[in-house]
Amino acid sequence: MKINDLLNHTSEWLKGTGPNSDIVISSRIRLARNLNKYPFPHWASKEQLEEVLAKVSDAVSRINMLKNSTIFKLAELDTVDKQFLVERHLMSIEHSQKTEYKAVLVDDEEVIAIMVNEEDHLRIQLMQSGFNLFEAKNIINRLDDSLSGLLDYAYLDDFGYLTACPTNTGTGMRGSVMLHLPALVMSRQIERVLAAIAKLSFTTRGLYGEGTQASGNFFQISNQVSLGHGEDEIIENINGLIRQIIEQETQARQILLSKNREVLEDRVNRSLGILKSARIITSQETIELLSMVRLGCDLGMIRDIDRRTVNELFIITQPAHLQKLENKKLSSDERDLKRAQLIRKKLNLMNA
Amino acid sequence: MLCDICKKNQATVHLTEIIDDQMTELHLCEECARHKSAAMEQQFGLSDLLAGMADFGKPEQEEENSAAKCPNCNLTYADFKKIGRLGCGDCYNAFRKYLAPLLKRIHGSSQHVGKSPLAKGKDSVKSNRKGTELVNLKAEMQRAIQKENFEEAARLRDQIRAIESKKDKG
Repeated sequence: MKINDLLNHTSEWLKGTGPNSDIVISSRIRLARNLNKYPFPHWASKEQLEEVLAKVSDAVSRINMLKNSTIFKLAELDTVDKQFLVERHLMSIEHSQKTEYKAVLVDDEEVIAIMVNEEDHLRIQLMQSGFNLFEAKNIINRLDDSLSGLLDYAYLDDFGYLTACPTNTGTGMRGSVMLHLPALVMSRQIERVLAAIAKLSFTTRGLYGEGTQASGNFFQISNQVSLGHGEDEIIENINGLIRQIIEQETQARQILLSKNREVLEDRVNRSLGILKSARIITSQETIELLSMVRLGCDLGMIRDIDRRTVNELFIITQPAHLQKLENKKLSSDERDLKRAQLIRKKLNLMNA
Repeated sequence: MLCDICKKNQATVHLTEIIDDQMTELHLCEECARHKSAAMEQQFGLSDLLAGMADFGKPEQEEENSAAKCPNCNLTYADFKKIGRLGCGDCYNAFRKYLAPLLKRIHGSSQHVGKSPLAKGKDSVKSNRKGTELVNLKAEMQRAIQKENFEEAARLRDQIRAIESKKDKG
């Protein structure tokens, strides 16, 4: 597989299917793993990083589950390609910087991604559409078992899996769920919900993970604690919290519908109108307007556009995706023009 | 408008910075803005926060703490306090006595519960079956204590002691 092959593919997490997919975009599990005796990437020499990369590359090539996957060495990718992988949630922003001896493995379906030599030697990630953490855990568990048969993991009985940062020690597991919560934002209840989440020692992040702002009413919620609770228990805790938030968002949507239907319909249709006619549009404005359109689809106010198209627009309008589609470097101003053009084409095609 | 930093490229990012009640406006090109935001992240990184948490030794202990060194990767506890990251898996053994309380602060526990790697390899610090059983029993005991089911907890404690004394004898 080449990077460009991904362009015509819909990432697993954007399929818009799976349980509760009107509110839950995707579920993701990631495991942090390290090789015994080898210094963690930030403390390792070039030779050691190279050895780790070679060992991991060899191990993954023997695993049946990873038969249809490709390893990309980051030093061999250009800036746009790296950003492209970040936009598709296949690797972190951190991983795209200082790329020596770093790699990312991606499977053809974009369900599995493994970052090599990020903060830890391995960051294994599994993505599912909709609200589906247990399914994600079951798959990643099998993969992790196979890998642990081939690689000597750094592990202690009392501390569990050993990681560069002590915030990940133990299970090394982080489960996160990406939610779309426009009604809670509009009814100004989101602050209260986020405050409650923080109190329960869960974290909220924006679309692109650590250090990113919440935009377009998207929130990524994940566990903070990784030690002292088993994997299933951690997931059960996240699930319990997510179920409550889903309920609150559903309620908020119902109240908006019954009390402010016209206002809501106005906002949804104005958003769609702007997207269908704008000539210049930034990615930030695009995300915010698409969020409203998506809500319109979920509430049956917009019937001629399907959720998958809206989801796809979220990603193909991102800077690196636009540049890949145009096959050349574009300045920020040029992107705003091309973005508007692409959105018009996609949306007006639907109900032509 | 040209970028305030490089004075070469067109400024497309506009920032307002407030330092000591002084508001300054910055107009940057994309490239300089990216550097700027990376520098800002470094200023308030997670590592500072962690390093602060790790720094809870009493003053007289301080020197001993900082000099402790991992025999496998040569990272010192002072390094850890500075960068907020450990050097390798062996650091967890080398700094065990400082790390256990730190982990407890972060996670509310310093005892792993959950899966372990498939057994293989000989020179690795790997769980034997007895070890895993112990871990599971300890976890169960913790849960029983949390639920205030003390009878169950006592029964589990005895079971743990029995296994541990057998293990000590060989």
